[in-house]
Amino acid sequence: MALSDIVAAAQAAVAEATTPQQLDAVRVEYMGKKGQLTEQLKSLGKLSPEERPAAGQAINEAKQRVQELINARNNELKQAELAEKLAAERIDVSLPGRKAQVGGFHPVTKTIQRIEAFFGDLGFRTVEGPEVEDDFHNFDALNIPANHPARADHDTFYFTPTTMLRTQTSGVQIRTMEQEQPPLRIISPGRVYRNDYDQTHTPMFHQVEGLMVDTDVSFTQLKGILEDFLVNFFEEELEVRFRPSYFPFTEPSAEVDVRRKDGKWLEVLGCGMVHPSVLQAVGIDSEKYTGFAFGMGVERLTMLRYGVNDLRAFFENDVRFLKQFN
Amino acid sequence: MKFSEQWLRTWVNPTLDSVALSEQLSMAGLEVDGIEPVAEVFSGVVVGEVVKCWQHPDADKLQVTEVNLGTDEPTTIVCGAPNCRQGLKVAVATVGAVLPGDFKIKKAKLRGQPSHGMLCSNSELGLSEDHDGIIELPADAPVGMDYREYLDLNDVVLDVDLTPNRADCLGIRGIAREVGVLNRIEVTEPVFEAVVPTTDEQRAVVLDAPAACPRYLGRVVRNVNVKADSPLWLQERLRRSGIRSIDPVVDITNYVLLELGHPMHAFDNDKLEGAVHVRMANTEEKLTLLDGTEVTLQNDVLVIADEQKPLAMAGIFGGEGSGVTEATTNVFLESAFFSPDAIAGRARRFGLHTDASHRYERGVDPELQRTAMERATALLLDICGGEAGPIVEAKDDTALPQAAQVTLRAERLARVLGITIAADEVTEILQRLGFAVTQTAEGWQVTVPTFRFDISIEEDLIEEVARIYGYHRIQAAAPAAQLRMIPRQEAQLTTTSFKRTLLDRGYQEAITYSFVDPKHQALLFDETAALTLPFPISVEMSSMRVSLWPGLISAVAHNQKRQQQSLAFCETGLRFLPDENAENGVVQQPMIAGIRAGKAAPEHWSDGERAVDFYDIKGDVEAILALTGAAHEFRFVADQHPALHPGQSAAIFRGNKRVGYVGAVHPQFEKKLGLNGRTFVFELELAAISARAVPQAQPVSKYPSIRRDLAIVVKDTIAAGEIMAAIENIGVNNLVSLNLFDVYQGAGVTEGHRSLALSLILQNPERTLEDSEINTAVAAVVDMLTSEFGATLRE
Repeated sequence: MALSDIVAAAQAAVAEATTPQQLDAVRVEYMGKKGQLTEQLKSLGKLSPEERPAAGQAINEAKQRVQELINARNNELKQAELAEKLAAERIDVSLPGRKAQVGGFHPVTKTIQRIEAFFGDLGFRTVEGPEVEDDFHNFDALNIPANHPARADHDTFYFTPTTMLRTQTSGVQIRTMEQEQPPLRIISPGRVYRNDYDQTHTPMFHQVEGLMVDTDVSFTQLKGILEDFLVNFFEEELEVRFRPSYFPFTEPSAEVDVRRKDGKWLEVLGCGMVHPSVLQAVGIDSEKYTGFAFGMGVERLTMLRYGVNDLRAFFENDVRFLKQFN
Repeated sequence: MKFSEQWLRTWVNPTLDSVALSEQLSMAGLEVDGIEPVAEVFSGVVVGEVVKCWQHPDADKLQVTEVNLGTDEPTTIVCGAPNCRQGLKVAVATVGAVLPGDFKIKKAKLRGQPSHGMLCSNSELGLSEDHDGIIELPADAPVGMDYREYLDLNDVVLDVDLTPNRADCLGIRGIAREVGVLNRIEVTEPVFEAVVPTTDEQRAVVLDAPAACPRYLGRVVRNVNVKADSPLWLQERLRRSGIRSIDPVVDITNYVLLELGHPMHAFDNDKLEGAVHVRMANTEEKLTLLDGTEVTLQNDVLVIADEQKPLAMAGIFGGEGSGVTEATTNVFLESAFFSPDAIAGRARRFGLHTDASHRYERGVDPELQRTAMERATALLLDICGGEAGPIVEAKDDTALPQAAQVTLRAERLARVLGITIAADEVTEILQRLGFAVTQTAEGWQVTVPTFRFDISIEEDLIEEVARIYGYHRIQAAAPAAQLRMIPRQEAQLTTTSFKRTLLDRGYQEAITYSFVDPKHQALLFDETAALTLPFPISVEMSSMRVSLWPGLISAVAHNQKRQQQSLAFCETGLRFLPDENAENGVVQQPMIAGIRAGKAAPEHWSDGERAVDFYDIKGDVEAILALTGAAHEFRFVADQHPALHPGQSAAIFRGNKRVGYVGAVHPQFEKKLGLNGRTFVFELELAAISARAVPQAQPVSKYPSIRRDLAIVVKDTIAAGEIMAAIENIGVNNLVSLNLFDVYQGAGVTEGHRSLALSLILQNPERTLEDSEINTAVAAVVDMLTSEFGATLRE
């Protein structure tokens, strides 16, 4: 048989092989010890020495050619096998993934964390303190002596005439100033309590108060830091106004209102320059040092920020409400 | 303080409309809470006079009138009011008038009689709720005049929410002064002429407590007609301030209170015996107040008394026996200064709060008594007639407040505000506020007017200057300070890091009230006394929590009632444990707690469902404890807790200190607490878990590790934790990890026993372990387990 016919027959046999076993049989048939092409090589001896090189080269080329065909076919078969295996492993990727439940912070905590971050960046340390307070830290040291009308405005939960649930976190500032001398930059977040419960009041709510005492702290700086804070807190252009007010522990005092897009003025915090009596009560030289203080209601800021319209939702802990903030 | 804008404008009249004026007051610290019209919208109502009045022929309760409206012909109007009568001046809604509620007056026929208008009552004009028949106007009311114009009804009520320091603005006089300053315009204070006495009658006054009452003016006015009507203009001004007209004497004292901010009191002179004494009450002294209640006084309460009996709580409330009644003919007027210290807190103690006490405890001008007395006397004589006696003034100059002297330094003003205000402007502001001012080289020397009780130090003046100058004119500036880092201790774990670990494991942070239902708390913590609020919002919110569990359990119950079954909440906060040795009698301890109920994991199509169990929540606790980098320091020991299932609860120890509990809520409480099914809780003291070691790195071994598994059978009463601890304690050479990976009980294992499968991982940092070393180590473990726990190796 002519060499070209053998190659043609091998090619046809390779193409017909559909399994690795069949393909291997083809290899043996042509390339094995007794394979057709191997036999051809063996017959080279019958040729004259002149003819041998050319004939040998032709046979080797034919072998190479057949080997390439087998290799190619082998690859095809492997690919097909893999494809079949992969096809069998196909899954519905649209089915839901396996969930690890992940919870979130309470919105009030989120707001406190944001406030802590804004002021923390400016070097304000967070301090905390007791919630059952004595009248010195909750009132007297804040320039609210017994019988001061401001005491009546506080709706205080008393345990005894001298102990109570704190009505503000200012007591923490007093405790800090008792321990440390200026410069001081602190904020005190936490729970506070007032004996009042209706649409717009809960008997417990959260405040963040801030205090800065240093040698040259001024009202202009109080305005500066709070305007900065409010714009950053709401992340929008808004108008801020400072309105004179009265707190026994600050002087001058102000309430701060914001006006957001097409809104009306809303009171968001109270502030002022620390009253000299407060500094004196904790042994800080009020001639040498001045300070500002501010206090804000966390729930109110949270409501404005996230569009919450019922204050009481914060303490019902309905997961459907809370999960919106995750 | 509510008042008529028009009244204010008779004192000071800036060229601002009502809204701008309100804005200006608010921005000066006198916050205007509301601007309300003094009357609802109506038109076409005029003053008329009933010239004829006769019975309607066909209706018992109607009368037919002819009313003069100032036109050529009288107008016929049918009226149903019983007080309608000939000669009466009335308010008449003419045909075409529109009354409140868009009620239009048209020509009508009532039972056959034509009626061209309506005689109006106050309620029909929206002026009051009274249905006392038609309005009776004074005889001098000008017929035909528009009623709104006649009563000056094109006016608004300004409601100013005053801060407690501004007692001086609790009257038109004070508000007018502020408006004058703010607009830099003059205030025209009405002149109140002294009344010339027409009788000599007087009553002696004795100041027995001059510190509490250093000035007291009294005056007898004889033959007063207390049945006279207060004039309409006076009633209207009172009405616009929210005060009902009672009788002329009360109305006059109220009027002076509103006009000058000075409270007054009137006694029935004939009920007084001898001299008036202003003295402290005797202990246990009884006094019946005007409202009929009897109070028992203490010796720090100031009273007005005569020689026999207490008459009134000074500056707070009048007494029943001595007040003016319809029968009164002779009046004793009081105009006094009571020291704020003598009044403050007393009204509240007796559950009283009056316009008088509100002013006295904040401070009434100690120089205003005579003006107020003259003003009230003049009004009384005008309205009720009578003869006034001379004013008797008792005073103690040494006890009267002295005008304070305060220095304001320009340097301090600039330093506190951060801006410099022109000296002339500062001077003008202070002068217009009523301060006597001397400019000095350093700034200003200021004498404080007697009506300002809130000015005693330099900062008080700085506030006044800043307030009137305008906060909006003070620019904002960034604070300047020396940069200094905040200490951040790596060895101190933050509360947030614990919470975040729980959140990542599916917990939702809750915030629950610090006061809980004592019934629930007592159920869970029967032996723990709680701090109780004497005056809570409600009984259910009266007990300070001794644990965060009651609040978290309520949160779960609340959600389960709303079809939310699978729940995990965590909370951090204080618990309150009464302890007489602690500050304020209570230990306030920061805690972290969690609660889980329902399914262990969200439903998924590939997995079976499983209810949450003890090991789920224990895993959460272990995850928190792992943050300390010292998980091995913590032990879970089976323990009893009244709130927990006796077989599914553990105390958590760090070393020898108990730091918390974990377990299932006792099933017998589930229903009482509103829980739906098995619920697991934990609670840890934050302080006990917040310390962690800063890591000290060790080199990682380059040599292979070897794992050997052991399956042992032990009695099922032996705690696996003890076995694990025992293995760790014998100090197995090269043991780097020990894990319990299977627990089996059932076929193949003796009844009352169980099989535990343990893996030991052994590794040496410096060389590859020999088989013989490994075998020796494992044998040591097996020997110990056999001898200590009676363990057998499972075949």
